[in-house]
Amino acid sequence: MKKSKRNDIILIIVILIVALVFYIGFNYYNSINTKEPVTVVKVGDEVYGTFPLDKDVVEKIELSDGSYNILEIHNGKADITEASCPDGICVNHRAISKQNETIVCLPNKVVVEIHNGQKNDVDTITN
Amino acid sequence: MSIKKNVYLGFLIALAFVFSYIEFLVPISVGIPGAKLGLANLVILISLYTMSYKDAFVLSLIRIVLVGFTFSNMASMLYSIAGAVLSFIVMVIAKKTNFLSITGVSVLGGIFHNVGQIIMAVWVLKTPSLVFYYLPLLIVIGCLSGTVIGVLGSIVTKRIQKVAKFY
Repeated sequence: MKKSKRNDIILIIVILIVALVFYIGFNYYNSINTKEPVTVVKVGDEVYGTFPLDKDVVEKIELSDGSYNILEIHNGKADITEASCPDGICVNHRAISKQNETIVCLPNKVVVEIHNGQKNDVDTITN
Repeated sequence: MSIKKNVYLGFLIALAFVFSYIEFLVPISVGIPGAKLGLANLVILISLYTMSYKDAFVLSLIRIVLVGFTFSNMASMLYSIAGAVLSFIVMVIAKKTNFLSITGVSVLGGIFHNVGQIIMAVWVLKTPSLVFYYLPLLIVIGCLSGTVIGVLGSIVTKRIQKVAKFY
């Protein structure tokens, strides 16, 4: 009886250690797996290129028919500052930085998306 | 099955049912969804030590079906069955090895009750990452509640074994 009581305590300690290892391991796995936010530019269905949000860059997206959009990343926000399209909706769109935000240029079929970004704090569905 | 055994089984089923009802009425919330003491497991533990394994298993299943139909829904019944069956199997194995006292058996039962539910949740919701998020937490919870139930169980079993000699 005494011996099995001792075994109980050993069991509980071992289990708590296993749980702790699981917990630390998971947290470690999570910390090395956090991805940088990036801007993904798509032309039609194809990915034109990805640009990290933390680096300022000006990229001219040139299309095969001669039309273009100028993507500018500044202060962690992506914006289209100039475009050849007639309506200019993409140029007028505000700069984007949050997860799943997009700028679309319909005439040029250019879509600018944010991946791995911060969660949007407005217009989300809460449970 | 003799009448005495039958009555004893009936008593324990009623007791488990009432314990589940009490937990349903007075949920002891510690801020973690799914964490509870599992008073009904006390009855399962006692039955494991005073009845045959077959009858104890029957008791466990009847309790889940009764509680599932009265207080919860089919979905949570599914989780309960997964947890109860796995924890029962583990407890029987742990008891047969004679390596642990009733408290240790209860701790294993409490943990594997949670493990069974997580396995079922992963299968139903198809999100394997659930295991990593939840398992450490539920292991600790299972360990705690298992210890409490185990200590209670060992006190009660000692007394009941004198009465339930017909087994």
